[in-house]
Amino acid sequence: MNNIIKKYIPQILAILFVVLIFGFLTMNAQTNMDNRGIDFGFGFLSQESSFDVQFSLIEYSGSDSYARAFLVGLLNTLLVSIISIIFCTILGVIIGVARLSSNYLIKNSAAWYVEFFRNIPLLLQIFFWYYAALRALPMPEKANAWFGATYMTVKGYYIPSMVWENLNVFLYCALAAIISIIVLRNYANKLRDTQGKQIPVLLYSVALLIVLPLLSFLFGGVSLGFEIPELKKLSKISYIYEGGISLPPELIALVLALSLYTSTFVAECVRAGIEGVSKGQKEAAASVGLTPNQVLKLVIMPQALRIIIPPTTNQYLNLTKNSSLAAAIAYPDLVLVFAGTALMQTGKAIEIVSITMLTYLTISLTIAAIMNWYNKKIEIKEK
Amino acid sequence: MFKIIKQLTSVVAMFAVLFAFSTETMAAKKSKTLENTKKRGFVRCGVSQGLPGFSNADESGNWTGIDVDVCRAVAAATLGDATKVKFTPLSAKERFTALTSGEIDILSRNTTWTLSRDADIGLTFVGVNFYDGQGFMVRKGSGIASTSEFKNGTSVCTNLGTTTELNMRDFFDSKGISYEPVVFEKADEVVAAYDAGRCDTYTTDKSGLAAQRTKLSAPDDHVVLPETISKEPLGPVVRQGDSVWEDIVRWSLNTMIEAEEYGVNSSNADMMKTSNNPAIKRLVGAEGELGAAFGLDNDWNLRIIKQVGNYGESYKRNIADTGILPDRGPNELWTKGGILYVPPAR
Repeated sequence: MNNIIKKYIPQILAILFVVLIFGFLTMNAQTNMDNRGIDFGFGFLSQESSFDVQFSLIEYSGSDSYARAFLVGLLNTLLVSIISIIFCTILGVIIGVARLSSNYLIKNSAAWYVEFFRNIPLLLQIFFWYYAALRALPMPEKANAWFGATYMTVKGYYIPSMVWENLNVFLYCALAAIISIIVLRNYANKLRDTQGKQIPVLLYSVALLIVLPLLSFLFGGVSLGFEIPELKKLSKISYIYEGGISLPPELIALVLALSLYTSTFVAECVRAGIEGVSKGQKEAAASVGLTPNQVLKLVIMPQALRIIIPPTTNQYLNLTKNSSLAAAIAYPDLVLVFAGTALMQTGKAIEIVSITMLTYLTISLTIAAIMNWYNKKIEIKEK
Repeated sequence: MFKIIKQLTSVVAMFAVLFAFSTETMAAKKSKTLENTKKRGFVRCGVSQGLPGFSNADESGNWTGIDVDVCRAVAAATLGDATKVKFTPLSAKERFTALTSGEIDILSRNTTWTLSRDADIGLTFVGVNFYDGQGFMVRKGSGIASTSEFKNGTSVCTNLGTTTELNMRDFFDSKGISYEPVVFEKADEVVAAYDAGRCDTYTTDKSGLAAQRTKLSAPDDHVVLPETISKEPLGPVVRQGDSVWEDIVRWSLNTMIEAEEYGVNSSNADMMKTSNNPAIKRLVGAEGELGAAFGLDNDWNLRIIKQVGNYGESYKRNIADTGILPDRGPNELWTKGGILYVPPAR
C-alpha cells in the first residue's frame, strides 16, 4: 500500500499541478481579455482577408478568406523549407566527405567553409544575401540570358515555364518507372541474400527512369513546350519579364542563406557518422574481397547513417523553424502572412499566435516522425 | 512517509502562491492608469521606430515629433513635467499588443483611426493629430506623373501590418491592375529595398513618404505622386476601459489645438491669465475648475501650453522647419481653411 502511494501520488499531483497552471493561465487571459473588450473566437478565419500576397503556390487574392491566406503562408514556409533541406543535405554530404579527404586543399577549404558559415548569425547571412544580391544584380532590361532563356535580375529570377500536352500519360510512365525500380531493388536484394549475386541496380534504375518517360514522348502523344519570359516596359526606366515563372529574390536569398548555414551542421553530422565507424570494419570488409565501392555502400554507410540520422533530423527541424526569419526580408511565409498581416488586420493575437505555434509544432513532429521511421528502417536488425 | 508529507506541503505552498497571485491581479484591475502613472513618476508612451517629424530619436536619445509632443503634453498635465516620458519604439506589428497588454499607456505612433481597430481589438482612439492620406513615390526618371500610368506587374514596396496593405489592394483591384506587393516589417528595410530597385514604387502615408524620402541615397531623384488614395486620420490611442485616462489624453491634445486657435502659445501663456476672454482664461487655468473632472489640478492645461506649446508651434518645430511638409494643408485650423476643429474646452 505504502509503495503504491509512493509511486502514484507524486505523479497524480504533478499532473494536477500542470492542469491547474494551464487552467489558471487560460482564466487569467480570459478575464483580462474580457476587461479590455477583446473577443475570443476563430470566426475571423472565414472572413475576407482583403490583402494581397506577393507570391503564392495556390490561387489567392484579397477576396479569399483568412483561412486561405493561412494556407498560402504555410505552403510558402513548406516550399522554402523543403528546397533548403534538399540543398543543405547535398551540400552537407559533399562538405562532410570532403573534410575527411586526404587532399590537404580539399580538407582545409571544407573546414574553413564550415567554420565560416556556422559562426555568423543566420539573420545577418539572410540580410547579406538579400541586400548584397539586390545591390549586385542587374535591372531587368540589362540582364543577360543564362542557359539561353533565364534571367537573373533585381526583381527575381525568371525562368521559362513548361507547357505540357497529355501530362497525365507522362506521369503514369514516370510512376511505372518508379514502381519497377522498387520491384527491381527488392529482387536484387533477394538475389544477393540467397545466391550472393550482385546486379548493378543503380544503372538499371537510371535507365528505367530515362527510357520509360521517353517512350511516352515517342508513343504516348506527350509533348513539352516552353513559355519563355519576355521583357515588358512598365515606364521609361522600369521593366519586368512577363510569361514564364518568376522566383522572387526573397525566396532565392532565403534558400541560399538557410542551405549554406544548415549545410555546415549537416557536414559535421556526416563527418562524425563516417568517423564513428571503426577502422576495423573497413579492413575486414576489404579482406573478404569487397571492392572499395562495395565497402562504402554495404559496410560503412549503413553503419554511419545510424549515427548521422538523429542529429541531422535536429538540423532539419532547426532549418524549418529558422525559415520564419523570412519575415525580415519580405518573403511571404507563415509568419509574415498569417502571424504578421492577418494578425494586424484582425487583432486576434492569441488565436493567430496559437494557430501558428501549433502549425510549426505539427511540421516539426511530422519531420521527426519521418526521420524516426527512416532511422528505424536502417538500424541494425538482430537476426 | 515523511518524504511524502514534505512533497505534499511543497505542492500546497505552490498553489498558495498561485492563488495569491491571481487575487492580486483582480485587485490591480480596479486601479486607474493615472494612479499608476503618478506612482511610477513617468508616462509610458509607444512611438515609431523612427519617422522624422512624428517620432524620431536623435543621437543622444532625445525624442522629437508631433506624436512625441502628445505624450509630453500628457506628462505635463498629469505629472507637471513634460520630460517625464518613457518612450518605447514599436513596429507596426507590435504596437497594439503592446498597448492592450499594458506595456505602454498611450500609443502615439502615426496610427490610422479605423472602425475595426476602434471597435474590435480593445482600443479607443482619442482624436486626430494629423490628417494624412496614402500616396505613391516613384523614380523621377520613370516619367510616371500619375497613378493612372501604373501597368500590370508593377512591384510595390510597403510596410507590414498597416492600413496601407489594405488600401493598395483596394486601389489596384478597382483599377484592374495586377501588382506584386513586397511587404517588410521595418520601414528602414522598405527604404533599402526600394532604393536598390527591387520595387517600382513605394507606398505609405504621404507624410511618411516625405519623411522617408530624406533617407534615400538620392532623395531628389524621387517624386511623390499627387494622388491620395485613402483617408488616414492619424491619432493617439489608449486602452479601452479607462475612460478617465482616455479623457486626459483626448483633452491634452485638444488643449494644444485650441490654444493655437485662441493665439495662446508657450511664450505668452502666463500673460493670458489676465485676458478679457473667458475662453482663454479657462484655457490657462485662470477660470473654472476644468482639471477637477480628471482628478488633476487647475493648471494642467497651462503646463501643457508652457512646456510643450500649442499645436502650431509643435507642427512648425517638427514638420515645417525640418522641411518634411512645409505646407500644413488639411492640418490647418478650421478658421484658416483647414479641418482642425476641436470641441470647446469648457
